[in-house]
Amino acid sequence: MYKWTLILALVMTLAACSSPIKLNEVNVEDKSGQASVAMKTLTPATSTAAGDKKANVATLDTTAGTKNATGAGAGTDALAAANARIIYFEFDSFVIRPEYQAMIETHARNLKVNKNQRISIEGHTDERGGREYNLALGQKRADSVRKALSLLGVPDAQMESVSFGKEKPAITGDTEVAMEKNRRAEMVIR
Amino acid sequence: MTKILLSLILMFTGAQTMAQFRVEVSGAGLTQFPIAIAGFKGNEGMTQKMAAIVQADLERSGQFRGVDPAGAVLDENARPDLSTWRKQGADALLTGSVIRVGDDRYEVRFRLWDSVRMQDLGGQSHAAPAAELRRVAHRIADAVYEKLTGEKGVFATRIAYVTKSAAIYNLWVADADGESAQSALRSVEPIISPSWAPNGNQLAYVSFESRKPVVYVHDVDTGKRRLVANFKGSNSAPAWSPDGKTLALTLSRDGGSQLFLLDVGSSSAEPRRLATSTAIDTEPVFTADGRLIYFVSDRGGSPQIYKIPTTGGSAERVTFTGSYNISPTLSPDGRWLAYISRVAGAFKLHVQDLSSGQAFALTDTTADENPSFAPNGRMIIYATQQQGREALMTSTIDGKVKARLAGQSGDLREPDWGPLIPQ
Repeated sequence: MYKWTLILALVMTLAACSSPIKLNEVNVEDKSGQASVAMKTLTPATSTAAGDKKANVATLDTTAGTKNATGAGAGTDALAAANARIIYFEFDSFVIRPEYQAMIETHARNLKVNKNQRISIEGHTDERGGREYNLALGQKRADSVRKALSLLGVPDAQMESVSFGKEKPAITGDTEVAMEKNRRAEMVIR
Repeated sequence: MTKILLSLILMFTGAQTMAQFRVEVSGAGLTQFPIAIAGFKGNEGMTQKMAAIVQADLERSGQFRGVDPAGAVLDENARPDLSTWRKQGADALLTGSVIRVGDDRYEVRFRLWDSVRMQDLGGQSHAAPAAELRRVAHRIADAVYEKLTGEKGVFATRIAYVTKSAAIYNLWVADADGESAQSALRSVEPIISPSWAPNGNQLAYVSFESRKPVVYVHDVDTGKRRLVANFKGSNSAPAWSPDGKTLALTLSRDGGSQLFLLDVGSSSAEPRRLATSTAIDTEPVFTADGRLIYFVSDRGGSPQIYKIPTTGGSAERVTFTGSYNISPTLSPDGRWLAYISRVAGAFKLHVQDLSSGQAFALTDTTADENPSFAPNGRMIIYATQQQGREALMTSTIDGKVKARLAGQSGDLREPDWGPLIPQ
């Protein structure tokens, strides 16, 4: 420890002594007793960080004025009160269970009567796994519901199936209950 | 094999918060270049400590080990006693200074010494305002890295990542250490899959702000962006061709999740179908020569990684171990494939040597996501869960040296490592 302190003191002293030496001065006496070493001239950095235009990022803020008017929030809740609109899926499955057939038939009837109505079918997954792969899995769920509606005679032009993957869980958390509630497709009338 | 765990905590005092930086070294047989980084003269009272930033950069790379300079402060004019530094275990010594040369204007100089060959390895001077001093430190780390390893350093590059905090999503552009983050996009709806254009100025990403996934190309300097894929159904997984002219995408417009190519230059371009399957095809990524696209497909019953010529043709399977392999990313030299594999219910970052097909796990975490190679191919950035929060990590490609990146609060996810920025 003492030795280290002494060495350090020596280093600091040498540093202090040598500080007036010019950058481009060469062949400085090596006080360590080693062969003398040429001091090189410093290279000015070709482009300084200050001149680096990439340092600045403009912020695009889309949150102002968006409120909750992003579709489902306001638009669908009214419908949700009147109509069941969420279909839940088993783990790793895209098969619509028989208990949802009546719900799908009701939606199909309404869509066929109201030709101006559009339905968005939004597929979701639980939180396990990658975001993009889950987006594709959610798409498969949404597509199954779209196909079921199509079989009941709903024109493709009235339907769009999209996916949110694992980005919009109905319930946060990694409990089995949360994951069951998140593996779903929501039918949203616009 | 005994596991050596060496935790090194360097505290940075940020302008607003105290950021914590941790480098974890594990595994035997690690050879690291020992370097002492003296305090930069004139830097003492300043917020950004050049020596600490340079040392953290170098240590994060896994190729260097900091030797404690024991409080020494040495400028670039000092004639250090190199034999003493050598005896302390330092094969190289970095010295330097920060001089105020005007109103919010600083000159940063450094000199690198080889204490084995007793040589002056030269140095540089940089001029910058206070706000750019971190970037200067990263450039110095790059210069040291290149001088001592012969390879390009990646510390002055930029990364993009997404945070979710309260109900707000932010797309950030930050330094490669996660610091100096600036928001490129704020949204109340999710943002995923940011991908740097080869020019380093634009990001492609997926935004849900129109209540469905659509793909934008966003100029980060100006904040201007263009909606490039808003077809019926879901639009996702953008990946740039090496020439920056084409985006590979996943579109569900013709049913299912399928791969398409889209000319970025033309706003009226129709997407061209790359492959046709009855399965999920997604997460495309170009090889550096632009000839192949690696992607994920469940055509064989479980998600695996395949490759297909950019001109179309038949796909060839690449991963054979495990039943869930996703999120491929390639090292620029084409030697390594990094991806996420599910092993006993845990999602772990893996690397496969593409010449031998040998694959190995890099982590002992359980929820790894979305790896991205550094432009020199020596490190991988990825997202994972740490203490119940989503966090960003870097790892060397052998998995031996990892660091958790500092940065914003909230959940940090979806990292993408940008290209080298020419000096």
